[in-house]
Amino acid sequence: MIEVSEQIAIDHGLKSDEYKKICKLLKRTPNITELGIFSAMWNEHCSYKSSRLHLKKLPTKGKKVIQGPGENAGVIDIEDGDAIVFKIESHNHPSFIEPYQGAATGVGGIMRDVFTMGARPIANLNSIHFGSPQHKKTKNLLRGVVHGIGGYGNCMGVPTIAGQTSFDSSYNGNILVNAMTLGLVKKNKIFYSKATGLNKPVIYVGSKTGRDGIHGASMASASFDEKIEEKKPTVQVGDPFTEKLLLEACLELMAGDSIIAIQDMGAAGLTSSSIEMASKGNLGIEIDLNRVPCRETKMTPYEIMLSESQERMLIVLENGKEETAKKIFDKWNLDFAVIGKTTNSKNIELFFNQEQVAKIPVNILVENSPMYDRKWKKSKLPKKNKIKNEVLNKLKIKDVLKKILSNQNICSKEWIWQQYDHTVMGDTIQKPGGDSGVVRVHGTNKAVAASVDSSAVYCWAHPLTGGKQVVAESWRNLISVGATPIAITNCLNFGSPEKEDNMGEFVECVQGIGEASKYLNFPVVSGNVSFYNQTKEVGIKPTPSIGGVGLIKDCKNMISMDLKEVDNLVLIIGKTEGHIDQSLFARTILDEKNGPPPEVNLFNEKNNGESILNLIDKGYVKSAHDISLGGLLVAISQMCIKGNKGIKINKLKNLINEIEYFFAEDQGRYLIEVNKKDLKEVTKILNKNSVHHEELGIITQNDMIINEKTKVTIDELRSYYTNWLSKYMS
Amino acid sequence: MKSSVITFPGSNCDRDIDVALKKFGFNNKMVWHGDIELPKSDLVVLPGGFSYGDYLRCGSMASKSKIMQSVINFAKSGGLVMGICNGFQILVETGLVPGVLLRNKYLEFICKNVFVKLDNKENAYFKNLNKDVLELHIAHNEGNYFCTKDQLKEINDNNQIAIYYCNIEGKIEDQYNPNGSIKNIAGIFNKEKNVLGMMPHPERMIDQSLSGEDGSIFFKNLLNNIK
Amino acid sequence: MKVSAIITLKKDVLDPQGKVIHQALDGMGFENINEVRQGKYFEIDVDENDPSKAKAVVEEMCKKLLANLVIENFKIIETQ
Repeated sequence: MIEVSEQIAIDHGLKSDEYKKICKLLKRTPNITELGIFSAMWNEHCSYKSSRLHLKKLPTKGKKVIQGPGENAGVIDIEDGDAIVFKIESHNHPSFIEPYQGAATGVGGIMRDVFTMGARPIANLNSIHFGSPQHKKTKNLLRGVVHGIGGYGNCMGVPTIAGQTSFDSSYNGNILVNAMTLGLVKKNKIFYSKATGLNKPVIYVGSKTGRDGIHGASMASASFDEKIEEKKPTVQVGDPFTEKLLLEACLELMAGDSIIAIQDMGAAGLTSSSIEMASKGNLGIEIDLNRVPCRETKMTPYEIMLSESQERMLIVLENGKEETAKKIFDKWNLDFAVIGKTTNSKNIELFFNQEQVAKIPVNILVENSPMYDRKWKKSKLPKKNKIKNEVLNKLKIKDVLKKILSNQNICSKEWIWQQYDHTVMGDTIQKPGGDSGVVRVHGTNKAVAASVDSSAVYCWAHPLTGGKQVVAESWRNLISVGATPIAITNCLNFGSPEKEDNMGEFVECVQGIGEASKYLNFPVVSGNVSFYNQTKEVGIKPTPSIGGVGLIKDCKNMISMDLKEVDNLVLIIGKTEGHIDQSLFARTILDEKNGPPPEVNLFNEKNNGESILNLIDKGYVKSAHDISLGGLLVAISQMCIKGNKGIKINKLKNLINEIEYFFAEDQGRYLIEVNKKDLKEVTKILNKNSVHHEELGIITQNDMIINEKTKVTIDELRSYYTNWLSKYMS
Repeated sequence: MKSSVITFPGSNCDRDIDVALKKFGFNNKMVWHGDIELPKSDLVVLPGGFSYGDYLRCGSMASKSKIMQSVINFAKSGGLVMGICNGFQILVETGLVPGVLLRNKYLEFICKNVFVKLDNKENAYFKNLNKDVLELHIAHNEGNYFCTKDQLKEINDNNQIAIYYCNIEGKIEDQYNPNGSIKNIAGIFNKEKNVLGMMPHPERMIDQSLSGEDGSIFFKNLLNNIK
Repeated sequence: MKVSAIITLKKDVLDPQGKVIHQALDGMGFENINEVRQGKYFEIDVDENDPSKAKAVVEEMCKKLLANLVIENFKIIETQ
């Protein structure tokens, strides 16, 4: 057996003082298996040691919240005894090393988190970010990730209903793959990971354990360096077929009353799942490692405990239910083994070949895990740029619109979502490409809307504002389909917490997220932090991804963005101030990367959003779309393309420059379509609520008429918007 | 009217087709792949999904499962058997319908609405259908129908082509072929026309708020034909 | 000159296909199977007469494209 030394601990990613702390707490030197367990539990990925302090400040409670952070996923109430279980999680590092398997196992992992709680997954979403399109790796990474997400989700038979894709050179060496899943469960049939009761059998089910991903969780907490090649063998291979069987088997077992607690084996596999269950129940756990079903011969206790083989679950059963459970797993051709029991020792005790190979008090691993108050640097709000009117006046609106609509971060992502089965389960009532994806709650008239958003550029320019903005955008995307926003999940992708700049970005983004979600009553119920998205000295732009979920009480009230009827009017909700700094226009047309992001006024966000929901309730809104990246003209172009209709835009009454008016990214804005006959009533409601609004124009059969000199046909708009990605990938 | 839907390990459209059949008046039963006997049925459906993970060849392992012998016997005695998507792939592997389904020409999974032209209404599936072009939905990675020249001649001679990919007007051209299928073939019958295999999913088009409603037309008509 | 290459999953990498094929064969009554691993086979006609050079070219292809070295091994099995 390997003699443990400080150097070996450091090779496991532990810091010197962390190793000393382990020895002190144990009052001895750990053996290699124990060291492996500590390194897995104490790394950033499992312990949240750099982020815990700050995450505590997020609002996590609310009338609709059944379960906040701390479980496999968050749970919210959607009335009638139904609940939605959801979470977003990153699989960034594995996806960079092996894009297909990395993305696939990311999707598999998040679905397991959801069905572990008893919920049948009903929708998948994802937020994926790649380096510059010109970078030599981007195309293959994109193709691999998309195939991986589709390969897993399609096979599971869960529709992928929405997503977000961006390109930015800051992801050249660190792509981001964030996967989100929503599941449906009855409120009284939710399962948790807290073990209770002594001498209860601990059951292992699913796939066999192999040498996959040993120390994957540690990998997720290390930044990439030149030695990346050496880290390759740790990538896990996903088996969606086995997971589909595992899903059906678990749900079948959950229909009865056999399960006390259940936890999936994700990062750090058997180690974190067993310790989590024991810790939550304030119990001990004893495992005989010889009983763990293994795929390879001669696996050591160290390897068995740290394997990240996929598609496995750990269950604490009621006594006497072993046979019932085994029958179900046999039917689905899955491994089933009683591997241990709960104890009152409050230790995790492992046996192998009749010898004790590890004994660690559970509380040392969990409560005594390190927590750092890392140094961080506060960022200043950058000064506004003064853009001269002469510069703007030289630009032709049509040219600018063409460039922006075909920009990689705006253009249609149909090439991607056509590869995802988005209609299986027969309840998808709003497909990808809208503001949110919407699925019906099976067998009812209500529906759940979900969207995933991030705005790394804003967060990079001013993290506090950026953090607020992402939450506000998520809220707007739900409102735009007629859903009442309920709660969010967040996936916080940042550089190294050991660098003051990156840590500052994290702290302030979290603060922004917290402020916005508190104000909008849009609490955070689950999430995940991914640090060390860093190659050598360079970190990614701070990229919190926010997954929002909302409820549509009657499917008939769902709104989509396609323009519906000629002669209807389009109104702009919210005020256009002409904020150009950090807009897509500034970056792509003016090549200006400095300046502050648009200000986020939470009062206006709330007021505008709630007023629109009110109008939707009354049946006045025929189509709606929020105005975000790219600005007003991009938003109306998308509505025209989808509805195959034109618009005649009114002569500007606003005093700001036309270019600023059309391409500014001021927040809190929407476009809504209303019938002429309802205009008076709509205006009355908006005025009563003090919502700023103006008329953009009238819907026509074809052509977007921007002003007396500029006309664009819908076919032109469509060709700008739809071609870039498929051309790039072919 | 009685129908049976077979659930294989990895089937994932079994619930969807169950919902559709029941919605249009079938008395449907779910049948496990490990069962030996088929309940008394007027129609057997092999659903879409990824039976056995699509490993080895799509449908290959499902075609060898216990229940399939009864399904084959049922088909050979004239019973109606319909395979949708993965179900079509399973039918091909059993040899009940000719040909094979290769990987899509552009090597990518495709999920979208398509139009299909009905070629032959002299059968229980399409008789009396008052439309020649249906809008249906596809979601597959291996739907590229292929057969040998001799087989194609035989298929043609026997009027076995059920549906072709086309445009909204029913034009059958290469540009409307989503996956590279020979002759734009989207679905095919056995010689006797009681077995139908097709890639599109009619069960995903059964109400206004989904991708469309042409699936409803198909199922309503099917029920009337069987009655 | 024709060179063949066989690509297989590395020893410790999970082979979901092999596993399921194994189960199916079991179910069909083929007994005595210890393990099934599946892989890919390539036959490449290289415009080259020197066998060692032809093999070297195919080896390069395996490393750069045909095999995913993260999870797969390759073997150049024959030349003719």
